Amino acid sequence: MSFDYDQYIRGGKLPHIWCPGCTYGIVFKSLLRAVDSLKIPKDDIALVSGIGCASRLPGYVDWNTLHTTHGRALPFATGLKMAKPDKKVLVVSGDGDATAIGGNHFIHACRRNIDITVIVLNNFIYGMTGGQHSPTTPSGHIATTMPYGNVDPNFNIPDLAKGAGASWVGRGTAYHVPALDKLIIEAMNHKGLSVLEIINACPTTHGRRNKFKNPTDMLLWMKDNSLPITAFDKLPPEKTAGKFPTGVLFKKEAPEYCETYYGLVEKLKKPKEGRA
Amino acid sequence: MGTLKLLQGNEACAEGALYAGCTFFAGYPITPSTEVAEFMARRLPQIGGAFLQMEDEIAAMAAVIGGSLAGAKTLTATSGPGFSLKQENLGFGMLCEVPCVVIDVMRGGPSTGVPTGPSQSDIMQCKWGTHGDHPVICLTPGYVQEIFSETVRAFNLAEKYRTPVIVAFDEIIGHMREKIEIPDKGVIPIENRKRPTVPPAEYMPFDETKGDVPPMADFFSGYRQHITGLNHASDGFPVNASPRIHTDELRLLRKIEANKKDIIRNEEYLLDDAEVAVFAYGVSGRSGKNAVEQARAAGIKAGLFRPLTMWPFPEEQVAALASRVRAIIVPELSLGQIILEVERCTKGRCKVEGIYRVDGDPINPTQILDKIKEVK
Repeated sequence: MSFDYDQYIRGGKLPHIWCPGCTYGIVFKSLLRAVDSLKIPKDDIALVSGIGCASRLPGYVDWNTLHTTHGRALPFATGLKMAKPDKKVLVVSGDGDATAIGGNHFIHACRRNIDITVIVLNNFIYGMTGGQHSPTTPSGHIATTMPYGNVDPNFNIPDLAKGAGASWVGRGTAYHVPALDKLIIEAMNHKGLSVLEIINACPTTHGRRNKFKNPTDMLLWMKDNSLPITAFDKLPPEKTAGKFPTGVLFKKEAPEYCETYYGLVEKLKKPKEGRA
Repeated sequence: MGTLKLLQGNEACAEGALYAGCTFFAGYPITPSTEVAEFMARRLPQIGGAFLQMEDEIAAMAAVIGGSLAGAKTLTATSGPGFSLKQENLGFGMLCEVPCVVIDVMRGGPSTGVPTGPSQSDIMQCKWGTHGDHPVICLTPGYVQEIFSETVRAFNLAEKYRTPVIVAFDEIIGHMREKIEIPDKGVIPIENRKRPTVPPAEYMPFDETKGDVPPMADFFSGYRQHITGLNHASDGFPVNASPRIHTDELRLLRKIEANKKDIIRNEEYLLDDAEVAVFAYGVSGRSGKNAVEQARAAGIKAGLFRPLTMWPFPEEQVAALASRVRAIIVPELSLGQIILEVERCTKGRCKVEGIYRVDGDPINPTQILDKIKEVK
């Protein structure tokens, strides 16, 4: 039996705003399947976003949803999570939202290791605003604000997350869908801050300016240039040049923020010994 | 009988927040507001609440909105540059009608300005700091006891009108220690936001048919909802067309304007027969009171109008005053901000004279007394 997406989609909110050829719809469906398999009740999950194409995703899904200001999804989500630590909080963000204007919040959420899952939909461009370069736009690529080719160095989002202290870091693509379902499930099952970068395609404002003839070419680029981390690690550097690893890239055990804070609260509640 | 304490203004502010039922604080350290955060950091974990020191002021404002959406009464405190940084998310709170309280312990500026000196130069930023049209509730206490009671009132107004409320006071009363009485629980009534009574399927977070202040459900309470900083319809989902945007913005304005009687509070001192009035708040209000007393002792009929609610501005009260007195004197720790509002409301019916100071020192009573004598 095919998966019943309707149970999660808000009545009357489709069609979505994403362009033909955009891969966000693929990720959206993957997210719904993943959450369904985790059996999280609709009332116990919140989805928070900032600004941009990815940020419109919460509007379509029948959970508690919050569409905030540009770059600020994580601190809004941190407020929700600290007020209701037993609930599940998810953040969806674009590359510009998460790592440019929201870069400071991103690294500090990683440092805090608060139990939130951050899904960064990296399409290498500011899509909704019309194609300006982001911190992940590839070198040399044309963007409306890099008309002679991008000269800004890039962020590697998983490296950034790991360096900042995230306890679970992964990467998937919109092409490798079954693997993506599993990655979302694993990210959400992790206790602590989990960052999942999902490589996406924006044919409208990125692809067509950069020699991708059609949306399919962009998906094929993902297929041809990614390698599972298990294979990536075994190959010599010359064989992995220009390719990116996918899968669970990093995980560690680390104290979760809400547990640490509310653990302190419990200790303070206990009467002190040795006093009358 | 409540509890008597010797407290700093900033500490009294935190006590007021706890009295009002605040269980959530997010902030970023900035002088001269830091003691509010330090006090909350000590007390909130003791009562099972949440204290967060965020990475910046922007994040702190976002977190208090998040906490409030999850049902908590939330507070943040800042000063000068930090208040500027909060403005975008403060606007989000206004459009999305999220109750929370923002403390601005004012310091001089622009830029880093005078971090350890008093100022009253954020008062226009309180009203116009964020973008777009919106109403603001801003309270301006002048004594440590009042910082306590006005902070309680700020939470009550935030909950009652479903909106962020600003409490603005200057560094001097923020750091001044005075004896205050904290009333027993229940002495000051506490307001809580109106929650929906309809079944979840029928709930709409911005249902204007339920009144100008629609009931508000907590996240995770079974009332699934969508909140967005885009202009939205009754169901919370974006609209980008007339007339909904227009009518909703008017409702936001109306829910404050139509309740000015409930929101506006001020002290009128010796104004009944006054020929000269001093319009002053915060630390300048204290100097103003002393100047008025000295003027009365010298046989001059002077009086004081001290607003505790600056926004919405007490337009009608100032207009009525302007018809009765010869002059209104406006001492303020800026180069003239609130005087513009006073002039707007007096409409030329009386003389309006300002006393300005921006060097980090207060305006003393003698300066005000001299001006009273000058306009006599």
